[in-house]
Amino acid sequence: MISVEDLHKSFDGLEVLRGVSFQIEKGEILGLIGMSGYGKSVLLKHIAGLIRPDRGRVIIDGNDMCCLRHKDLQRLRSRFGFLFQNGALFDSLTVYENVAFPLREKTKLSEEQIRKKVLDMLDQVDVIGAENKYPAEISGGMIRRAALARALVREPDIMLFDEPTTGLDPIIAHHIINLIQSCHKRLKFTGILVTHEIPKTFEIVQKVALLYEGKILTVETPAEILSSDDPIVHQFITGSIEGPVQYH
Amino acid sequence: MGLFLARAFFYASTTPLKFSNLLKEIQFIGFQSILVIFLTGAFAGMVLGLQGFYTLNRFGSAALLGPMVALSLIKELGPVLTALMVTGRAGSAITAEIGIMRISEQIDALELMGLNPFRYLVVPKLVAGIIALPLLTAIFNVVGILGGYLTGGKLLGVGEGIYFGEMANYVDMQDILGGIYKCLTFGVLITWVCCYKGYYSGFGAEGVSKATTQAVVISSVLILIWDYFMTSILF
Repeated sequence: MISVEDLHKSFDGLEVLRGVSFQIEKGEILGLIGMSGYGKSVLLKHIAGLIRPDRGRVIIDGNDMCCLRHKDLQRLRSRFGFLFQNGALFDSLTVYENVAFPLREKTKLSEEQIRKKVLDMLDQVDVIGAENKYPAEISGGMIRRAALARALVREPDIMLFDEPTTGLDPIIAHHIINLIQSCHKRLKFTGILVTHEIPKTFEIVQKVALLYEGKILTVETPAEILSSDDPIVHQFITGSIEGPVQYH
Repeated sequence: MGLFLARAFFYASTTPLKFSNLLKEIQFIGFQSILVIFLTGAFAGMVLGLQGFYTLNRFGSAALLGPMVALSLIKELGPVLTALMVTGRAGSAITAEIGIMRISEQIDALELMGLNPFRYLVVPKLVAGIIALPLLTAIFNVVGILGGYLTGGKLLGVGEGIYFGEMANYVDMQDILGGIYKCLTFGVLITWVCCYKGYYSGFGAEGVSKATTQAVVISSVLILIWDYFMTSILF
């Protein structure tokens, strides 16, 4: 279970998170929506322990991410998969080597077993044929799918997706959403999906949280969010320019 | 910065180093610098041969050209110029590489795999720097001494026997060891500063560009400052 309690974070005096609190049950995926540049990725990085909060806690299966010893944090992170916005593939390694990297470093699988697993994963994300190319030689969509393969290849317990479909064409975006759904069915991971693909991604999440002005405004089921009377939620879901949310 | 170096040494001494990673770094910092070291060594030695001959000849001591070139190179110019060349060629690339990995979240990706970025990025470079610098300096010195002979001996007429014979009389083991100690510390200094600057580089291309410039400038200045202290202690 992931529990975020009263999380505060400022950067150079700018308050990004102002007391974020929510919980995710084991095996659930939470869709995190909110305005661009308002701290969704920062929140995700707090959960992964990449950023330390000014105040508040992130508790994962009873472990406080802020207070863990480096070794324990590394052990806990071994259970994580994280899909970065830009993929964050290692640019000095080929696609195959990128996906094989966590297996080579963190498991005792033989090279043959790794090969089988990597090719199977690349086949699932439809990047087969590009395995010997470097990230600079493939398209943005392929980078995102290869990064997804790398994140999922170790079958993580906790998956954090940072806008996995942003900037992709609708077909590939749909393909990636289906892929996340099928992997979730198979691996039963607990996850957070930062997304702007509304309502497309609502099919695969159990709850949706709206981050607004540094706080979680609401956590509800996708159906409840879609039929919400709250003017802020409604404006965000419909994408209307008119409403209480003002863009600066 | 001190803590960064301490962490690098801690992980270097406590975690097993992947041989392939180390070899890759030695190849990059060391092997790929050979050409530039060869060229700078040759011309530094040739200039020393010319200038040394003209100066020593005024005092009727042209026979001491060999020891002068050798001692200048072994004790001072070899380690310092090699370190400056490696800073310019490999140090800047180290900062840019780590800086780009930082801004494109590749270092975060490493951490999220439960891996230690220090072990993967910093330690192999630090160890490779310590190994490569003395070897490159040795090449610089040998090429420089031959360059000095080319100008002082072949061009200006100092005999081969005198040039190399006097060298053997005046250069002792302490001079060579002093030069090696300098190289070892320069190897640490360059990789430390350049890795640190890359690891904590700012955002975007501008951040990496600033970090790279700072890394080269700070390393170069520190090499000269550290060289002064080493010289005053060692010789």
